[in-house]
Amino acid sequence: MDEPDGISSAAILVSGLTKTFDEIEAVRGVDFEVHTGEVFGFLGPNGAGKSTTINMLCTLLKPSAGSATVAGHDVVRERDAVRRNIGLVFQDPTLDGYLTAEQNLKMHAELYGVESALVAPRMRQVLEMVGLWERRSATVMTFSGGMRRRLEIARGLMHSPRVLFLDEPTIGLDPQTRRSIWRYIGELKEREEITIFMTTHYMDEAEFCDRIAIMDQGQIVAMDTPEALKAGVGADRIRVETADDATAMAVLARRFEIDASVADGVVTFYVTSGEAFVPRLFAELGVPIKSVNVSRPTLDDVFMTFTGSTIRDAEESGPANQSRAMMRAMAAGRR
Amino acid sequence: MTTTTAAAPAEVVRVRVPERSVRSELRAIWIVWKRELIRFRADRMRMITSLVQPLLFLFVLGAGLDQLSSASTHGIDLKTFIYPGVLCIAVMFTAMFSAASIVWDREFGFLREMLVAPVRRSSIVIGKVLGGATVASFQGVILIVLAGAVDVPYDPALILGIFALQLLLAFSITAFGVMVAARIKQMQSFMGLMQLVVMPMFFISGALFPVTNLPGWLAVLTRLDPLTYAVDPMRRLVFSHLDGVSAAARETLAPGVTWWGWHVPALLEVAMVFLLGMALLGIAIWEFSTSE
Ligand SMILES: Nc1ncnc2c1ncn2[C@@H]1O[C@H](COP(=O)(O)OP(=O)(O)OP(=O)(O)O)[C@@H](O)[C@H]1O
Ligand SMILES: [Mg+2]
Repeated sequence: MDEPDGISSAAILVSGLTKTFDEIEAVRGVDFEVHTGEVFGFLGPNGAGKSTTINMLCTLLKPSAGSATVAGHDVVRERDAVRRNIGLVFQDPTLDGYLTAEQNLKMHAELYGVESALVAPRMRQVLEMVGLWERRSATVMTFSGGMRRRLEIARGLMHSPRVLFLDEPTIGLDPQTRRSIWRYIGELKEREEITIFMTTHYMDEAEFCDRIAIMDQGQIVAMDTPEALKAGVGADRIRVETADDATAMAVLARRFEIDASVADGVVTFYVTSGEAFVPRLFAELGVPIKSVNVSRPTLDDVFMTFTGSTIRDAEESGPANQSRAMMRAMAAGRR
Repeated sequence: MTTTTAAAPAEVVRVRVPERSVRSELRAIWIVWKRELIRFRADRMRMITSLVQPLLFLFVLGAGLDQLSSASTHGIDLKTFIYPGVLCIAVMFTAMFSAASIVWDREFGFLREMLVAPVRRSSIVIGKVLGGATVASFQGVILIVLAGAVDVPYDPALILGIFALQLLLAFSITAFGVMVAARIKQMQSFMGLMQLVVMPMFFISGALFPVTNLPGWLAVLTRLDPLTYAVDPMRRLVFSHLDGVSAAARETLAPGVTWWGWHVPALLEVAMVFLLGMALLGIAIWEFSTSE
């Protein structure tokens, strides 16, 4: 049914991949491997180089150095073979607003040479999956942002790609639509033999991935399963509200040798096993405690550990960020 | 994957993307072409607005200036005289607008969807050019229908000739437009550039005046303007089918282009327009194939 995979079970294999635009080193020699059937997430702030990496993997950009194979084919030497095997949802919309949903999908299928007898059933399947089957005859211009996104995902799946690239599939969508997009991705994994490579800068979404790579300033700074990454951070975070913060801090420092911080009336500190520590806290703190909150490390904490800032801060300090946000707003307005 | 009729919801319909072949390239051309037509049909406004200008030229300018010019047109209505020229510019403007769709496609991202498909870039460019040319030639057809209103006879041979000529012009101009659009990222710049190039081309081409007895500088420019070589055969063709045109009238109104006194044959003019169109198409393909 499929052509033999041959080389390895890696859906994507990247080594030393680099892209330099005039002055900017957008991607600085990244190495990674995505296994077949995996959902692999690329996590990073604006300008980290996520889209540039995707563009190289989908043959739209030529790498400045390094190499990559997708579905067993080299992205420079075997462009066509790569293109036949991938589906794409770009960061910016790429639908034809003048055409209907159906026409958009049909055109895509024809462009990819899908056997004409299979176009209709396949179209029905992907449209039903994203809940747009009833709206198939409406022009895309009349669709909301979330509907367009879902339609783009459906289109990317029309030709049964072996690797699906999703560049920030959920950006600008409301929580409900984001959830449903994640549901489709889950369903996809179950039903089709597909590998998914996606980027996001929502920490909570990265949790859905089998493995994630954290990218910052063109480099991969960490890569593992979300659980392992969080475990790597080690400490649990404890937040306590007390009657007397100053005394509490002093006791923490003296008795437990813990360096806590206080903000907005909440004392925050990290310990290795949070649950076990709480009883001792009550017994030995000596200051009335109003509330305690123990939390496992989040990916935010992971990001913090590896890049030294939270993802939000990293984004706000990005130099090109403002103009990009503006352009995005303009693009959204034009829809 | 075995049955094609019923898509049982539980069963995944798996499809295959075949290897690239001549057939797949032809199909790609056909799809891109078809999309231009679908879009044109959806965009009724464009159909109407792009008709306004030629009609103004033909009926308002033609009728208005007819008072002044009847002495020198040897009794031929000015509307009849400018008809071939107006037809050419109508086709030219529409062709330019069709080519502009590639800039739209880039701005709205759709171009990427096409560029990442497993087909040659040349197929996409050829499809675009043919689609744009087809859309532009609709405009020509509308003007052909109006021929009777300006005393141009509905002679089958003439109609066929006009149709073929305007199709050729539409092709070459669209190729030019697509070539320009390959490097341009914004609609405004494209439109600005078009104003800068298309308007002078149109004024200089002799669409509205005969190309003889022009002041020296204008005579040179006229001969350099490619559009001249589309308007001229068109006008000669129309005049050869008009009834009761005196030799003097033909000499004044449809004299044909000369190079240092040599009358350029209509066939050579047509060949020039065609070759130029092919060359521009070649450049457009090259531009799209080399850009990332
Ligand atoms: N075509 C280009 N020419 C010049 N510089 C570019 C180009 N494309 C991207 N860059 C730069 O490369 C860097 C990485 O951009 P990229 O789009 O890959 O980031 P990203 O991680 O996708 O960010 P975002 O979350 O905002 O989408 C940025 O500094 C950007 O300005
Ligand atoms: Mg991006």
